[in-house]
Amino acid sequence: MIPTAFEYRRAGSVAEALSLLQEGGPEAKLLAGGHSLIPMMKQRLAEPGLLIDIGGLDELRGIQEDGGEIAIGAAVTHAEIAASDLLRDQAPIVAETAANIGDAQVRNRGTIGGSLAHADPGADLPAVMVALDATIALLGPNGERKVQAEDFFQDILTVDLAEDEIVTGVCFQACRSAAYAKLEQRASKFALVGVAAALSLDGGTCSSARVAVTGASSHAQRLSGVEGALAGASLPDGAGDAASGAGDALDFVNEDLHGSEEYRRAMTAVFARRAIEAAAGRG
Amino acid sequence: MTIADGPALPKLIGERVKRREDPRLIQGQATYVDDIKLPGMLHLAFKRSDIAHGVITRIDTSAAAAMDGVELVITGTELADHLGPMPIGTPFPAPDHFSVATDKVRYVGEPVAVVVAEDRYIARDAADAIEVEYDELPAVVDPEAAMEADSATLHEGFERNIAVESYWGGTGVNPETAQPEDDSAVDAAFAEADVVVSQRMLNQRLAPNAMEPRGVVAQYEPGREYLTVWSATQNPHILRTLVAAMMGLGEHQVRAVAPEVGGGFGCKINIYGEEYVAAALSRLVKAPVKWIEDRTEAFLTTTHGRDLLGYIDLAAKSDGTITGLKARIIADIGAYEVLLTAMIPTLTGLMMNGVYRLPVVRHELTEVFTNKTPTDAYRGAGRPEGLYFLERAVDMVARELDMDPAEIRRKNFVPADEFPFATQSGLVYDSGNYEPCLDKALEVADWQGLLAERDAARAEGRIVGVGLSFYVEVCGLGPSAVVPTGGWEHSGVTVERGGKVTATTGASPHGQGNETTFAQMLADHFSIPLEDITILHGDTGVVKQGIGTFGSRSQAVGGAALISAAGKAGDKMKQFAAAMMTDQEVSPEDLVFEDGRIQVEGAPEVSKTFAEVADYAYVPVPLPPGMEPGVSEEAFFEPENNTYPFGCHISMVEVDRDTGETKLLKLIAVDDCGNVINPLIVDGQVHGGLAQGIGQAMFEEVVYDEDGQPVTASFMDYVMPRAADLPVFELDRTVTPTPINPLGAKGVGEAGTIGSTPCVVNAAVDALAPFGVTHIEMPLRPERMWRIINEGEGGQS
Repeated sequence: MIPTAFEYRRAGSVAEALSLLQEGGPEAKLLAGGHSLIPMMKQRLAEPGLLIDIGGLDELRGIQEDGGEIAIGAAVTHAEIAASDLLRDQAPIVAETAANIGDAQVRNRGTIGGSLAHADPGADLPAVMVALDATIALLGPNGERKVQAEDFFQDILTVDLAEDEIVTGVCFQACRSAAYAKLEQRASKFALVGVAAALSLDGGTCSSARVAVTGASSHAQRLSGVEGALAGASLPDGAGDAASGAGDALDFVNEDLHGSEEYRRAMTAVFARRAIEAAAGRG
Repeated sequence: MTIADGPALPKLIGERVKRREDPRLIQGQATYVDDIKLPGMLHLAFKRSDIAHGVITRIDTSAAAAMDGVELVITGTELADHLGPMPIGTPFPAPDHFSVATDKVRYVGEPVAVVVAEDRYIARDAADAIEVEYDELPAVVDPEAAMEADSATLHEGFERNIAVESYWGGTGVNPETAQPEDDSAVDAAFAEADVVVSQRMLNQRLAPNAMEPRGVVAQYEPGREYLTVWSATQNPHILRTLVAAMMGLGEHQVRAVAPEVGGGFGCKINIYGEEYVAAALSRLVKAPVKWIEDRTEAFLTTTHGRDLLGYIDLAAKSDGTITGLKARIIADIGAYEVLLTAMIPTLTGLMMNGVYRLPVVRHELTEVFTNKTPTDAYRGAGRPEGLYFLERAVDMVARELDMDPAEIRRKNFVPADEFPFATQSGLVYDSGNYEPCLDKALEVADWQGLLAERDAARAEGRIVGVGLSFYVEVCGLGPSAVVPTGGWEHSGVTVERGGKVTATTGASPHGQGNETTFAQMLADHFSIPLEDITILHGDTGVVKQGIGTFGSRSQAVGGAALISAAGKAGDKMKQFAAAMMTDQEVSPEDLVFEDGRIQVEGAPEVSKTFAEVADYAYVPVPLPPGMEPGVSEEAFFEPENNTYPFGCHISMVEVDRDTGETKLLKLIAVDDCGNVINPLIVDGQVHGGLAQGIGQAMFEEVVYDEDGQPVTASFMDYVMPRAADLPVFELDRTVTPTPINPLGAKGVGEAGTIGSTPCVVNAAVDALAPFGVTHIEMPLRPERMWRIINEGEGGQS
């Protein structure tokens, strides 16, 4: 529980953080809430030589809405997201998901940017961002880059983020008819399987949908079969049918003490149905 | 003459007095081992094995030793010159077990070398810099496979990895030979039975997970040849005895201190290698040393609990009368025998008589070494395992006969008029009155209402079950005949000048609330305010003698010693009081303690205040003939038997059809622990025990892979019960005092873990019975439940 020696620098601005990142090279790691990185360092699974603290930067904070587009700064904590009236009103899926991450300590420290950049296979927010078709904003030495969430998450703990880039925030269109449902891994509170569904509804009929899963596989990803089946489906009654093949379509499925591949595939269908029903209930 | 004018003092025994310990504990004002900082103190870190089984072929400590700030690096072989094999507290044969491995490693986490350094950080870096090479051996993981002829063996001289084998049964065991005299009655009972249930059940391995991990500070002072050891232990006096022996010192040269201890649950009874190593290295490097366990080390090296595999057969007549029990138990004790390892599974068989008249019993126990962390006591220590096996089996018979689970138990209870009751296993239950306890539980739970609620839920398609268990357990350990350390307890009571009282107890608490309950007892005894009493514990330099806190013995043995010492101190106070009132011709026998005074019974005007008498005791002019000045008395209490509390737990669960997740909807616990000093503390003990018992039923399990690698070595994978997982417990009690001690108190520290586990599993089996199961292994993992539901439904369709 004692990390290897490291240097700690608190960045005064995003620009300073960027230059420290370049200076530090592969040895450098960004620190925001620290609730994934620090435990890994304590177990010596991660041994960065330099920690650049960006957690307190005002530039990375704030939740704003502009013309239906909502932007959340990378250093906004899960607790702040959970408590945001703006999100609770215009994108309740985000506030609710954040409210059920980990425990109070994790929510008070952990940030949305950290969660997305770390991309734990069982993290909740990546699935929500993929379902909302969010854009993740990155800043590097060559300026800003924007990546769609579904392209950002690539593999286990692997995202489209260069060593010298910083996640600065995320933005997405306001969406009320979206919901996230998860089966908790009871020790860690990560998702054994979590599914986020964002629906476009026309009365009781779904005109289009984006559905994404986390926990089941190496990284958050869309369930395109379910999305296809939802087009034109009448909800909530059609949710079960639309979701039924959700798990079988996954290429790779995690397996551990808490759930076999078979169980996770089955739970993907169950939680896809639950997410769709909950989202439809908001329509 | 003094006319007392103090306020009337209400009696405190039986009152819900809030714990006096809590304000300092929750305000960060308490001193734990890690809070102890001594000048010149150095820090230890252990290099530990990352393989389960192997021969050490090479250890290179040169890089570590060369690091700045490193004082010493020492291997197991080198340390063996200073420390011999560790002592155990059981009479069973045991292989040598060194604090730090000398030749072979036998579990992941076993120490192979130690670093002494200026701070924890350097120590840890240096430990990482030690290079160890092994010839890896096959890991022995499955205790049944471990007994096969082709299995690798852990220890020379322990063929087929068997540590202990015991057998008893039939109509009686010959005390001379310890062999059953006639075993045919067991077979006959099973041959004549109308119904026999047979079930293999695992009572899985658990990690105790005290909130405060272990830790030790050792300071050897060469000048006065004196060792002080601060340790997070449940029993500082046992620590003193064993550390002294290991160090070649007398007990007069060792002081052991258990400062504030943040939970033990049995895992802090054992005296561990780290404690001996700290003492030895403090002497070697001539400086105080500290070691604080981290959470990973706690999972890997602090003793685990349970891990018993039972093959249980129970025979009964068609009317539900139980006619015989056969239990073949295999205990996976891990890699070594530590202090009480081998004794714990023996308690399982001893207690498997339960609350029933069992005409015949056959019990076979085999304790097996595997490449896992050693086991020892964990809250309940042997009783939860035995009562789980028995109460599951009784439920299975009830289901087979379509009997109400309450009624089959009622039918087989030991009747109230048969106490003291000698069991088949040779125990004598002190007192018991089971039927009123069952009736009260059924009433509190509204048993018939619960059944109706379950049936209504089932009609709606929900998966709901109810379960019941009835346990008896053994508390108040001693007596000395069965506890190798001695089964007594010690207490001292000093009346200070000014009439305040300081008491000591050898029952060193780590969450039991003795500072409150013991003060309540003294407040009533002397009729003085609670605030005037201090209870000291946990320091062999202050508490002259003691055994410690385990086996729910604080009150039943420690409390009895306290009352005995208080009686002696009170007698002396009365003698001094009488001496002060010679002009009124008062005799000590006429005096009583009343509202801060010592007075002639019924005549408050003939009195002295408690404070006046205390002052007189220390300046006794004149000193009554034959008396010594002062009031400082002590007492040992040796119980003549254990106490046997009991209780009935009832629960209701619901299983999610889609996911297999189990939700505990209700838990009702009606416990009988004899007389109760503080109902608030008793309820708290029950709550904590329930949480841990439910944790075993539903969540917790230490898992190793086939290579002996632990896969649940952090809170990210080891599922602890959380407040949100638990319903609001409904508690009640019946009171059947014990005749074994003057308090009539039996003990309650472990009750919750014993009744709740089978109760919850019985409810889960009830819930899934429509899917064709008669038993479900713990913990009730969602996937396990989901498979039963799916396979059951698949089978039925």
